[in-house]
Amino acid sequence: MSVITARSSRRTAGPLFVAPFLLLFVLLFLAPLGYAAYLSLFEHKLIGGTTFVGLDNYVTAVKDPQLIHGVLRVATFFLIQVPVMLVLALLFALALDSGLVRLARVVRLGIFVPYAVPSVVASLMWGYLYGPDYGPFAQLSKALHVPVPHFLSSGWMLGSLANIVTWEFVGYNMIILYAALRAIPHELYEAAAVDGAGAWRTAWSIKLPALRPALMLTLVFSVIGSFQLFNEPNLLQRLAPAVIDSAYTANLYAYSLAFISQQINYAAAVSFLLGLVIVIVSYAVLLTANRRRTP
Amino acid sequence: MTTTAPAAPTVAATGRARTATRRRSPARRRSTPLTIAMLAALAYFLLPLFWLAVASTKSTQDLFGTFGLWFSRAPQLLSNIRATLTHDHGVFLHWMLNTMLYAVGSAVGAAMLAAAAGYGFAKFRFRGDRAGFNLVLGAIMVPTTALAIPTYLLFAKVGLVNTPWAVILPSLVSPFGLYLMRVYAQDAVPDSLIEAARIDGAGEAQIFFRIALRLLAPGLVTVVLFTLVSTWNNYFLPLIMLSDPSLYPITVGLSSWASQTAGGGSGANSDTVVLVVTGSMLSIVPLVVAFLLLQRYWQSGLATGSVKQ
Repeated sequence: MSVITARSSRRTAGPLFVAPFLLLFVLLFLAPLGYAAYLSLFEHKLIGGTTFVGLDNYVTAVKDPQLIHGVLRVATFFLIQVPVMLVLALLFALALDSGLVRLARVVRLGIFVPYAVPSVVASLMWGYLYGPDYGPFAQLSKALHVPVPHFLSSGWMLGSLANIVTWEFVGYNMIILYAALRAIPHELYEAAAVDGAGAWRTAWSIKLPALRPALMLTLVFSVIGSFQLFNEPNLLQRLAPAVIDSAYTANLYAYSLAFISQQINYAAAVSFLLGLVIVIVSYAVLLTANRRRTP
Repeated sequence: MTTTAPAAPTVAATGRARTATRRRSPARRRSTPLTIAMLAALAYFLLPLFWLAVASTKSTQDLFGTFGLWFSRAPQLLSNIRATLTHDHGVFLHWMLNTMLYAVGSAVGAAMLAAAAGYGFAKFRFRGDRAGFNLVLGAIMVPTTALAIPTYLLFAKVGLVNTPWAVILPSLVSPFGLYLMRVYAQDAVPDSLIEAARIDGAGEAQIFFRIALRLLAPGLVTVVLFTLVSTWNNYFLPLIMLSDPSLYPITVGLSSWASQTAGGGSGANSDTVVLVVTGSMLSIVPLVVAFLLLQRYWQSGLATGSVKQ
């Protein structure tokens, strides 16, 4: 190959490597968003057909009590479930990394295994376990003559859903944090030991700061996961239709708008808004966390 | 990259070392209270799976009539499995195969696309490279389900809904995969090696497929595993895209069986409960086994994602 063709192939190679990804990104990421944005500007009526209504759908959406309730509910869910999940993941990761636990490998894998279980199966299993008639907790309560816990009642439901999600994802987050802990150079520990730092002091002054990037990653993924909560409530809905209505979470509401009541244009506006809320919350979380680092 | 010489406990110089080789002395004290606490946690995480294993050996009657967390006197796992696999002309096997097709197709495709693009962004400078990468990076925050309904609307317009492509295509684009591969390619493929290959007269495609791809393999496996799990577990996307039961993946199929048992499963369709339980058990076996066998890969891969930022 001559020098000239080699040089020109080098110039075109970069764009060629990234082209397939970017092409699909445009077709499957930007195009749907653009199309949804376009659709959200119209309204379809049985009489009169489709008409351009500008931002009317968005005006309706921000005042829609069902959507607001759905968003507030997932926000509550986020504020309760995510701290519990991440604190548990952090404690487990620190415990396993401390080297004080026997059978550490078995424990680590066992806690991680739920990640490999589809959320559909997780929800089905917990749904049976929660059952007020035949679930094992109900059976135990009856045998011990204590009141049967009503996991599927309206007061308990959000907690029951949080339990399923926590069960699914603690292990995943634990592994990410654990991997970050293993990457801390051993010399730092030796230096801390020379300085007379105990286990707690080492955890606080060396391990936690080193975990920052990993914690940010898990936190942002948790924001995204919480706000689009769908699978678990969708499956528990059948067990408790009176508790989980079609607008229980924002995403359930978008789904029922698009596929049950067939309000395509309004559904497009709602999914668009929901995506926007998630992006804003993710960035807000990132910014607050980053500001705290630099005093 | 910093070498990790074990006999170099100087603090300042090693502060940035990323590779960890920690050998603990064998005579280490263990904590019994901490071990007990961790085993209690382990019990919580394994409880539902234990219940599922027990439940899949039971008849409908025993499922509701005996204690949930222990075996009944007449275990019938094999006949339950047979019933699950043959129900409705073997539709369960269909779902299994569909799931594998969707998951493997998406995972391999997504990993290859991300590897090529990550390599391109990491090792080449061209007009718009920063803008292109930042555009994709911004998309990491866009939630997949908020994107799913718009994608459905678009696919409905072009006639792609209710085909396997409707599930595979959206899973091919993984912004996080691209990010991982770019970070990975930066370090894993040395510029000098690429330069040397060029001097030897190798073309760019040849360099990528023959040299870079091999060096990128660990990162590639991570992206494959991530995508595999998320496609295998995906429910929302196939739920809205597919209406033909013979195209369902296992998650949507199980959910459709479960909906027939609504109302506690004591009605006419109560035998379906056994199918849902046994089907659930069968559906998680492949992924759990894959994770146990591929431990080394996903553990180091997850480390890449969280440490290299």
